[in-house]
Amino acid sequence: MYVAVKGGERAIDNAHALLAEKRRGDTSVAELSVAQIREQLSLAVNRVMAEGSLFDPDLAALAIKQAQGDLIEAIFLIRAYRTTLPRFGSSRPIDTGQMSCVRRVSATFKDAPGGQVLGPTFDYTHRLLDFKLMADGEVPEAETAPPRTEPTPHIMDFLNTEGLIEEEEAHDEIPPDLTRAPLELPADRPLRLQSLTRGDEGFILGMAYSTQRGYARNHAFVGELRIGTVPVEMEIPELGFAIEIGEIEVSECETVNQFKGSKTEPPQFTRGYGLIFGQSERKAISMALVDRALRWKELGEDDVGAPAQNEEFVLYHADNIQATGFLEHIKLPHYVDFQAELELVRKMRAEAQTGLQEAAE
Amino acid sequence: MTDYNFAYLDEQTKRMIRRAILKGLAVPGYQVPFASREMPMPYGWGTGGVQVSAAVMTPEDRFKVIDQGSDDTTNAVSIRRFFERTAGVAVTEETREATVIQTRHRIPETPLEAGQILVYQVPIPEPLRFLEPSEVETRKMHSLEEYGLMHVKLYEDISQHGAIATAYAYPVMVQDRYVMDPSPIPKFDNPKLHSPAIQLFGAGREQRIYAVPPFTKVVSLDFEDFPFEASKADGACALCGVDNSYLDEVIMDDAGNRMFVCSDTDFCTTRRAQGHVGAEGVPS
Repeated sequence: MYVAVKGGERAIDNAHALLAEKRRGDTSVAELSVAQIREQLSLAVNRVMAEGSLFDPDLAALAIKQAQGDLIEAIFLIRAYRTTLPRFGSSRPIDTGQMSCVRRVSATFKDAPGGQVLGPTFDYTHRLLDFKLMADGEVPEAETAPPRTEPTPHIMDFLNTEGLIEEEEAHDEIPPDLTRAPLELPADRPLRLQSLTRGDEGFILGMAYSTQRGYARNHAFVGELRIGTVPVEMEIPELGFAIEIGEIEVSECETVNQFKGSKTEPPQFTRGYGLIFGQSERKAISMALVDRALRWKELGEDDVGAPAQNEEFVLYHADNIQATGFLEHIKLPHYVDFQAELELVRKMRAEAQTGLQEAAE
Repeated sequence: MTDYNFAYLDEQTKRMIRRAILKGLAVPGYQVPFASREMPMPYGWGTGGVQVSAAVMTPEDRFKVIDQGSDDTTNAVSIRRFFERTAGVAVTEETREATVIQTRHRIPETPLEAGQILVYQVPIPEPLRFLEPSEVETRKMHSLEEYGLMHVKLYEDISQHGAIATAYAYPVMVQDRYVMDPSPIPKFDNPKLHSPAIQLFGAGREQRIYAVPPFTKVVSLDFEDFPFEASKADGACALCGVDNSYLDEVIMDDAGNRMFVCSDTDFCTTRRAQGHVGAEGVPS
């Protein structure tokens, strides 16, 4: 005797309780604090802030804790929280030329005013497991140098004195907000950059990599990669001037790309641009490469049909919260649709069978 | 929950969604882009429907949620609870009692009435999507009323399979203008799209809202010599005995024995309460 499937409510409650228990793990092991995550898993925190589009290291750390370290789930928590916040204005554009850099490297010039600053990077570490970390994580204090007091100019500006690089005109237009207006195509560059900076790191990396392997190759040099903090200023209408409301850490990558010229543009170097919350240089470089690939139309290049050139393809599939939600929804019940398919297949098979029999007779 | 506004969304967002709904009602079947918000449940799990429900809901409403026709499937429970928590509205499982019904994959068997709102969760709002992947192209096709591709697809189905091989999300023509995806309801439900109730469709991830106002002409696409057929599994519900409701097939044992029961649980329960008993049912 079939009993109607009941019990969804109780199953959900019990599943949530079990999830909470799993999150905590073995209770004889000390619990992680949000501060520990914020301080010791800072690159994970940065990724959650970047793709969550919310600069708040404490909330990002909390989200990572709650999500058991599943970063896409943590990003989702941050996004769902962010969407409830009122948007009461926009900041003035940050000036990365005023950045106080912890890292700044150029692959195009051996040296430049401001110097090369390696900063905290994995680049030249040997990827050998440090078993000592299993016992204790004490580290000797690192050497420090007095910070530069004068601004560090962008390296691209030096190239530009010769007019070798395409000019980017400054303008005061307020960029569109992807989180407040539906995505409409064709998208302009500010909208594309916005989508890329909050896009999935793995997806953007894969797209960027595909351009390097020949799918819309645009040979990129890292003109400059810089990481550091910049002040954020906001115009307060009541005051009539801008005040500093805080400081954020960002990674910025400017690429210089080979360009032989096109029907509309003279031979020159072109640019790709990446800007990400926190220290996230893999993403910043990837973003710059994909940005450059997406600019084929405005530079008069050919559409070679590469995925990274297709803005609809890139922008519609870069968001991991959209992607993971839709992907995982297929585990929800679909038995009504499946039943409909089942009937159809049975009917078509029956008809095919009759047809075969008739043919045989 | 005092930290959030009534029905979770802030009033500015609701206003934006209501505008999209009104536009949708004014142009039946047209997909209106809207600034879909990030909801506290995943995309693909009904965020479009939830946003539409939140935008039309009032404190006096009685809310019903079904998934696959049932009020007790886990995601239906989850969405119903969400509104109990954030809006404090009354909830019901009875189709007749409900003023707002959010659904995934079904239209209730009990005919809807004027004054009721049926909100559909929509995964892919674009009926032409699997014929043409580009949104830029499909929007152009809608604006030019260029639906040849769809008719060719249906024709090819017939020439290859002898029938139109679409069992759910069967495309419809709305008020002689827009081809519309009715969401993945079985084609059995298509005739119910002509209804006295307001029907709203929300696709959160795809950022689209569309609507079918009461008594709008909705025609399932077909050919004169291959007319549309609202098919279902042959047989009657084993519990309530009805033979004209959409049936789920349930596997009973290791030997593969199966039975058919109503997919619409409220419809089935109501019938059994009225004394109808199916082949394997027991009097309630």
